[in-house]
Amino acid sequence: MSNPTVTIDGRAVEFQPGQTILDIARSAGIFTIPTLCYMQGTNPTGSCRVCVVEVEGWRTLVTACSTAATPNMVIHTENPKVEAARKNIIELLLASGNHNCLICEANGECELQALAYRYQVATPIYANPPGAKYYYEDNNSMIVRDFSKCVMCGRCVRACNERQVNLAIQIGYRGHHNKIVGKCDYPYIDSDCVFCGSCVQACPVGALLDKNAIGQGRPWERRTVRTTCPYCGVGCQIDLHVKGGRIIKAMGARAIPNEGRLCVKGRFGLGFVDHPERLQTPMVKKNGRLQEATWDEALDLVASKLKEIKDQHGPKTIGGWCSARITNEENYVFQKFMRAVVGTNNVDHCARL
Amino acid sequence: MAGLAASFGSGAMTNSIAELEDSDCILVTGSNTTENHPVIAARIKRAVLYNNKTLIVIEPRRIDLVKHATLWLRQKPGTDIAVFNGMMHVILKENLHDAAYVAERTENFEALKETVAKYTPEYVEQISGVPAADIIKAARLFAQAGAASLVYCMGITQHTVGTDNVKTLANLAMLTGNVGLWGGGVNPLRGQNNVQGACDMGGLPNVFSGYQVVTDANNRKKMEEAWGVTGLPDYVGMTMTEMLPAIKKGDIKALYIVGENPVVSDADLNHAIKELKALDFLVVQDIFLTETAQLADVVLPAVTFAEKEGTFSNTERRVARVRQAIPPLAGARQDWQIVAEISKRLGYAMDYQKPEDIFEEIRKVTPSYAGITYKRLESAGIQWPCPTEDHPGTVFLHKDKFARGLGAFFAIEHKDPAEMPDVDYPLYLTTGRLLYHYHTGTMSRKAVGLVEKAPECMVEISDLDAAQYGIADGQQVRVKSRRGEITAKAQISPKAVPGTVFVPFHFAEAAANLLTIAALDPVSKIPEYKVCAVQIEKA
Ligand code: SF4
Ligand code: SF4
Ligand code: FES
Repeated sequence: MSNPTVTIDGRAVEFQPGQTILDIARSAGIFTIPTLCYMQGTNPTGSCRVCVVEVEGWRTLVTACSTAATPNMVIHTENPKVEAARKNIIELLLASGNHNCLICEANGECELQALAYRYQVATPIYANPPGAKYYYEDNNSMIVRDFSKCVMCGRCVRACNERQVNLAIQIGYRGHHNKIVGKCDYPYIDSDCVFCGSCVQACPVGALLDKNAIGQGRPWERRTVRTTCPYCGVGCQIDLHVKGGRIIKAMGARAIPNEGRLCVKGRFGLGFVDHPERLQTPMVKKNGRLQEATWDEALDLVASKLKEIKDQHGPKTIGGWCSARITNEENYVFQKFMRAVVGTNNVDHCARL
Repeated sequence: MAGLAASFGSGAMTNSIAELEDSDCILVTGSNTTENHPVIAARIKRAVLYNNKTLIVIEPRRIDLVKHATLWLRQKPGTDIAVFNGMMHVILKENLHDAAYVAERTENFEALKETVAKYTPEYVEQISGVPAADIIKAARLFAQAGAASLVYCMGITQHTVGTDNVKTLANLAMLTGNVGLWGGGVNPLRGQNNVQGACDMGGLPNVFSGYQVVTDANNRKKMEEAWGVTGLPDYVGMTMTEMLPAIKKGDIKALYIVGENPVVSDADLNHAIKELKALDFLVVQDIFLTETAQLADVVLPAVTFAEKEGTFSNTERRVARVRQAIPPLAGARQDWQIVAEISKRLGYAMDYQKPEDIFEEIRKVTPSYAGITYKRLESAGIQWPCPTEDHPGTVFLHKDKFARGLGAFFAIEHKDPAEMPDVDYPLYLTTGRLLYHYHTGTMSRKAVGLVEKAPECMVEISDLDAAQYGIADGQQVRVKSRRGEITAKAQISPKAVPGTVFVPFHFAEAAANLLTIAALDPVSKIPEYKVCAVQIEKA
């Protein structure tokens, strides 16, 4: 028996029962349906309605991200009716806060901005009335919350609850007053938040910000480099955003094993890299005190002392500790050096500690 | 990881991280996963909350995962073997074991059966304090699940019976037919990012890369040919925990330490400092002037992960690329280049141009890495064993057959920890990590956000004990053991069990390891960080 089909923009596409219209379209390579609140790998809520499409015979437009397809549906992803609805939604979203792209951190990677551009919707004049007040939180060193930009898509909540399962934030209050809240609506720093920063990564606009990255460079000025986290053994894949030889921020890469996740160490713990106390010159102990030395001086001394001790007492009296913090290549070279050059098997590292 | 290697023939995590979401039952023990491996904890919590899987936590502290657990057993520190033997007793008595699997894939079953016979739930309750009914419940949940996975960390290994603990977990997994399948296995979580890689690369006293033992003449010959040398040493070298005490005896005269900070991490810290000072020559290669570097004769500045190319191997045996994001700090050098420079001065040239050249050599001499290339790693990591370039890598180990052939059961008895609470030192001390810090704090304590969340050492204590000793939350307290004392802030916490205090080991100024005992597991040489006896008072 063959799979049921639907027709999307005139194309017949097979699907598995239970798949949503959005899933089907994307797996068929149709990427015309815009989304905002939808987040892959979490339960769709259908709250923003940007993804509406027309299904022939249905009275109203439906949200593609949360509507399961039924056999023989005829779907239009883009037509005047759909377009008008989306424009209307985007205009309301723009009006819901203070979307001043000029100084917004998200400029250039903001999904609301991209939607506004795609549908050529400007911020309406009734937006951001004088005296409008928005929640703003800047009382810790990692995350800034600027709710003048929040579009209540709920992605941060799903990142926290479904992706990271920290269960620290929810949608609080009702109706018109709703807002993303931590336990008892405390600021993050006093709540159950563990600062994994997944909410920041999930936010499609500039409402949740990596504090250290603010003002440090626009997306098009940054380079990203995929690497592996230097902390625990999970080996999360990280995209480091770099500008001018500096790490500006770390994002969880959509790759195995973390699939976008990071913890507080991988995301906000990289300050050691450009810390002023980093060692910049070799040091040699003279008269009981460590003093700066040249590389040649230091390396010569190490070589001659190791040789002297080896000659006098034998290679067994020399030990080498490699490290869980250096690469495979470096560990390999180190044990090779200890075994083949110094001549000892006294090689170990902190696996036991 | 000596325990697993003895049971299965490989010491590595049997499964992949992603498989946890599909395990029908996850048993976490000796791992505060939420704080130490947060991203793995996310998978475990997803399994429970979104996939309806069973979670059993066996842990003295009320760790965060307990909130999500179907069942929580709170054993006294150092009584793990009794608890697991008790579970196996129940499984055998109720015929819940996988007899076909045991017959086909394992050996020495009779000895196990004989040993666990006396571990009735009631007997185990006496030793461990875990109610007999809960042992029975845990045994049934674990044995009746489809695929069941054991997850553990230092809470299992950092005991004088650490190796036996691990073998006991291996016994339980084999008894229930849970090794060699998707979602089922024995999974030690590696604490530090490249511990797995450092072991894989031969950063151990007994093996070359790929766990090829140094005492085998064929292995030595192979390496001698590859390296162009003769007479490679043929004896098993000393572990870190053996080298330190050997200094006083004059058996170790010089140490070359890369990226380690034993002054904070060693089990018996008072000794570590004295011993390092007694060396004829100490070289430390690191990114900061660590507490250990301050004692060195020569300090060599190295670069961080962000300034280098290479690979790390994570806890699930996945080899992944490290890529240079920023230029190296002026004045510092790549670790491999520093070693190569010293080597050259000792008359042995290492002509690598770049880390990839080293990796090519690794592939040649290390069968489990032979099929991995930088090119293949471009898009994603690969899990060893990966013997050939067209091999996809190995998601879970021991499918159809154990690495050692048959899985070996070991008959293991409970033994008390090296030091138990008594009248003078009435409380158990256990040590570990916090979410916000890492190891000796060399890196994490230089990150503003992490310090903001966890600025200083603390002593976690239950409300009951706090009341008994008249200690208020946030008050400075003195914790004393037979070896030393530290002062830190008390934190009255629901995580603590009455009778046990917890101290994290990241803080040099209040180093938990001033208190701990240097008693070692006889096989793995891992110190007993997880149990010793202390007293506590207001400072
Ligand atoms: S903070 Fe960002 S992610 Fe969260 S609801 Fe607002 S816009 Fe969405
Ligand atoms: S981001 Fe956190 S969980 Fe991931 S590897 Fe780094 S320390 Fe481990
Ligand atoms: S993306 Fe579908 S409703 Fe928001």
